Amino acid sequence: MSNQDQILEELTSTDYKYGFITDIEVENAPKGLTEDTVRFISAKKQEPEWMLEWRLKAFKEWQKMTEPTWANVHYSKIDFQDIIYYSAPKQKPTLNSLDEVDPELLKTFEKLGISLDEQKRLSGVAIDIVFDSVSVKTTFQETLKEKGIIFCSMSEAIREHGELVKQYIGSVVPQKDNFYATLNSAVFSDGSFCYIPKGVRCPMELSTYFRINSAGSGQFERTLLIADDDSYVSYLEGCTAPQRDEHQLHAAVVELIALNNAEIKYSTVQNWYPGDKDGKGGIYNFVTKRGICKGTNSKISWTQVETGSAITWKYPSCILAGDNSIGEFYSVAVTNNMQQADTGTKMFHIGKNTKSRIVSKGISAGKSQNSYRGLVKVHKKAENARNFSQCDSLLMGDKCGAHTFPYLEVGNKSAKVEHEATTSKIGEDMLFYFQQRGIDEETAVAMIVNGFCKEVMDNLPMEFAVEARKLLAISLEGSVG
Amino acid sequence: MLKIKNLHVSIEGKKILKGFSLDVNAGEIHAIMGPNGTGKSTLAAVLAGKEGYEITDGTVEFEGLNILELEPEERARLGVFLAFQYPVEIPGVSNANFLKAAVNEIRKSKGLDNILPNDFLKMIREKMELVEMSKDFISRSVNQGFSGGEKKRNEIFQLAMLDPKLSILDETDSGLDIDALRIVANGVNKLRTSNNAFIVITHYQRLLEYIVPDIVHVMYDGKIVKSGDKNLALELEEKGYDWVKELDNVPAN
Repeated sequence: MSNQDQILEELTSTDYKYGFITDIEVENAPKGLTEDTVRFISAKKQEPEWMLEWRLKAFKEWQKMTEPTWANVHYSKIDFQDIIYYSAPKQKPTLNSLDEVDPELLKTFEKLGISLDEQKRLSGVAIDIVFDSVSVKTTFQETLKEKGIIFCSMSEAIREHGELVKQYIGSVVPQKDNFYATLNSAVFSDGSFCYIPKGVRCPMELSTYFRINSAGSGQFERTLLIADDDSYVSYLEGCTAPQRDEHQLHAAVVELIALNNAEIKYSTVQNWYPGDKDGKGGIYNFVTKRGICKGTNSKISWTQVETGSAITWKYPSCILAGDNSIGEFYSVAVTNNMQQADTGTKMFHIGKNTKSRIVSKGISAGKSQNSYRGLVKVHKKAENARNFSQCDSLLMGDKCGAHTFPYLEVGNKSAKVEHEATTSKIGEDMLFYFQQRGIDEETAVAMIVNGFCKEVMDNLPMEFAVEARKLLAISLEGSVG
Repeated sequence: MLKIKNLHVSIEGKKILKGFSLDVNAGEIHAIMGPNGTGKSTLAAVLAGKEGYEITDGTVEFEGLNILELEPEERARLGVFLAFQYPVEIPGVSNANFLKAAVNEIRKSKGLDNILPNDFLKMIREKMELVEMSKDFISRSVNQGFSGGEKKRNEIFQLAMLDPKLSILDETDSGLDIDALRIVANGVNKLRTSNNAFIVITHYQRLLEYIVPDIVHVMYDGKIVKSGDKNLALELEEKGYDWVKELDNVPAN
């Protein structure tokens, strides 16, 4: 066995440390998807009639649609009738204090390193916890309320803040947008809702933690975030799932709306179960994320660190409608073993003097395939649009692949669009150079990878950047020979 | 300090070193000269512990320790340094970070704590002068976008920072113009003490005008065919490497 094989072998035996299963009593919808399933979910959520109608409309559309096949990923066809669309831990209808949260759930999140106890949490972060199909707890709601900020589960928002939800849901990602977004529109069960009022700078990081637990279920959450005039919010989502042999579907929709002078920073640390070294099991992560810079001088910035999932299919995008608005996309996507990722962004320049910046760092190891797919579209009325794109790939070993698919559509002559791309490889010579200076291989890989990703990592909120760096090191442990 | 006895090394079945022996003591500078393809760089790589070389016979002791069994980083921490002929570029890792990691790994192996930031900066400033590096260099990525001369100067700068016992300079002079050559040589001369040793591998006599060796070895076909004082380098320059081939059958001193 050559050194490289040996190291790869070591790598693949690295455990996914979030792979445990919580033993908790759950209430499931019957397997499969019919109009009744949609009605069941809506009833469970005690939703108003308009919401049910909205879901049913989406369901009708979805029945006419077929799965997209253009992505550079390969998997056997998903049986949508073999999925449980609603799975929730049995609990009291409303939680007034932490004592009412099921102790098993508390234990689960302690184990994941997330404390639901506000006293124990780092003071700067409010968190909404979504376990399978429902939000189980949102912290710091009272503190945020004082500033007029609404931060709650989607279900609660539909019941308590119906007008806001009605106004904005589907306004960025329409019901008919794409196969998975439409499916989500029909069956979404929970997610986070956030509204930052005019002139308010959100005093803490807002965060949602997604956990899939039940076997055979899919998670379909929907997040809606509205930043009113002159407001600012930084939002982070994290996710994990148990280690299972079958694939599980996660099809989320995230919609962001930034009004005049508002700024939204949206960060993701995605660590769904990636499957084992032979590609058995793992989450199919088919997600639609889009933000609209609706107001003038508004800004939306996506930062993502993607290390998990068997297959990732997501393109957090920005519609730059407001004049002088700015869209940013910073991404690190790591694939190892048999993982496949097809990810990138879309920047739609519509307003005048709009700017976008794309920094994508793809790291491929093992037998994985990692694709960047991005679109920069300059509308014919978008005067003085500016885009800069940087797509870098780092390869480890010689069995993986890195691909770049940049698309460019420029309809206005005043546009300036730049694209840069590099591919580098961590080879034996590079590692030997480190070793010769006294630095072992593992440390060397961590240094190279962190150096490679620095520009993206620097955009993460401080405390998450530390976590994300650790995650990177674990995902790639010993993956070079 | 270093004792190489009857070293035989093959790469993919091809014999490269064929009974190479050499003793290096503290305080000495040894020059190894010889035509291309004679095994000079193989020797450097094997001493540093690079993979892909099959050692079929012989021993290498460094301060009484058999280092052939050790990982490259373990040898480095003991004080074996290789100035590369072709230093690699490391995008995204700054010279400062790289050196700090190296210095701290070596300190750790000696049971010392990490170097204090102030001491580290002071050390960098001091050593940079030695090889006339410009200040912006420290925040740049290791060797990325460096000219050939800058890369070689960086090797000597790293040498100065890590303060090894045994330094192997693998054709450090190749591709250097005369100014860079002088800077590199001055650096080495200033770093020379009675406690450390240098093996200078070179194809040309030119470098040896600046770094004066105690002993010159002529290598051919995988072993040393002749050793002598610094005048041997001049003689070699004059007579050319064809002369060496004739020496091949003459036993080494």
